[in-house]
Amino acid sequence: MRGRDVLTITDFTRQELEALFEEADMMLSALKEGRRLRVLEGYVLATAFFEPSTRTKLSFQAAMLRLGGSYIDLPPEEVSSRAKGENLADTIRMLDSYADAIVIRHRVEGAARFAAEIAEHPVINGGDGTRDHPTQAMIDLYTVRKALGKIDGLTYGVLGDLKYGRAARSFILGLSLFKPGKVYLISPPQLACRRDVLEFLEERGVEYEEASSLASVVGELDVLYVTRIQRERFPDPAEYEKVRGSYRVSLEALKGAREHLVVLHPLPRVDELAFDVDATKHAWYFTQAAFGVPVRMALLKMILKG
Amino acid sequence: MESSRELRVSKIREGTVIDHIDAGRALHVLRILGLTGAEGLTIAVVMNVPSQKLGKKDIVKVEGVELREEQVSKIALIAPSATINIIRDYAVVEKVKVRVPPAVEGLLKCVNPNCVTNMPREPVRSRFKVVSVRPLKLVCEYCGAELNQDDVIKQLTGGGGSA
Ligand SMILES: [Zn+2]
Repeated sequence: MRGRDVLTITDFTRQELEALFEEADMMLSALKEGRRLRVLEGYVLATAFFEPSTRTKLSFQAAMLRLGGSYIDLPPEEVSSRAKGENLADTIRMLDSYADAIVIRHRVEGAARFAAEIAEHPVINGGDGTRDHPTQAMIDLYTVRKALGKIDGLTYGVLGDLKYGRAARSFILGLSLFKPGKVYLISPPQLACRRDVLEFLEERGVEYEEASSLASVVGELDVLYVTRIQRERFPDPAEYEKVRGSYRVSLEALKGAREHLVVLHPLPRVDELAFDVDATKHAWYFTQAAFGVPVRMALLKMILKG
Repeated sequence: MESSRELRVSKIREGTVIDHIDAGRALHVLRILGLTGAEGLTIAVVMNVPSQKLGKKDIVKVEGVELREEQVSKIALIAPSATINIIRDYAVVEKVKVRVPPAVEGLLKCVNPNCVTNMPREPVRSRFKVVSVRPLKLVCEYCGAELNQDDVIKQLTGGGGSA
């Protein structure tokens, strides 16, 4: 994987992801044992977040530091004054000349691919537009593997905004690289999964079913992936209020769930995932967020050193 | 000789005959060539004649014009079975079948306003992967947005779609 760009989860094979997960396991035990690593000593990562982010950015920076490397960060004032300032292409050229790899997040779709065409060093997509968030999908799949020992054969529910949510989309595409038992796509009809994703699932032979409520399928699930439904997606506020209630995951909504059900969420959450779930053993989302560091460590090591 | 109606159109001395155009799209081809008739060139347009390959087809003959490469690429996108015959002294001296390339660069605009190829001030050209020729389906390599035949006709001819 040395020198590779990380633009979309489907650029990777199952074998590559499994190798990444094994590397992440090693990173995780080094972190647990408090071993100091120097694998990327002397390497510099540039983080260029043109859209706000806390977890993705900080976990990339932490991952780099944990490996003995360092990072430079595009200052927020540079980001906010970009309308009159430098264009993306010139900014990327600059970062490319200062760093060994670039992580970019941008509201514009295809920004990461464009950056990768300009930069000579590897570019990692930290989320672009409504489509891709490949490193989130890696973390999500890794969490399933840690929680249940496997990814294949399980029944998944992916809930929320499946149309515009890049984390959900990337997770669904990521699942298709494995052999899930069944995938329930649970969303209001306005936010249903896009056709290109469904076609991809069909091509890969993944069994899926679109469902309009959690209640009808919750008892079958091994994994429930929850994402936020944004108010801005609804022209009519009344419609949003209606939808919000029926796609909220709470202790009540999880009555009838299997005992080992793993609930994931890319975080941050607003109110789609109630706090009363936090104390249950279904709550894997904080662990999932914590895995952001070892998985990104593994990825950085693999693309920078092989 | 596929049809008697075709025979009524006189031969041209120098120029181009575009044959096997999808029925109903001859006027789109003229628009791609930038021809309105006001140029004074001899132009023959034959529409909806029987064709073995296509069922029905259109033909365009233009006196005194040879096509530029970009025009040929555009014609391929609206008439993927077209053949282009270059005529000199009443004879066909060259005959090429248009080819829909696996990727189309720079000719079309992405329909997604939030696509990086639509950002002002960025040195980026649109690039589409051709997923299917009939029906035409192109996918933006940057954002995944799809273009269909109507979108392509609209963009290349600056007019309405359909047909
Ligand atoms: Zn696009």
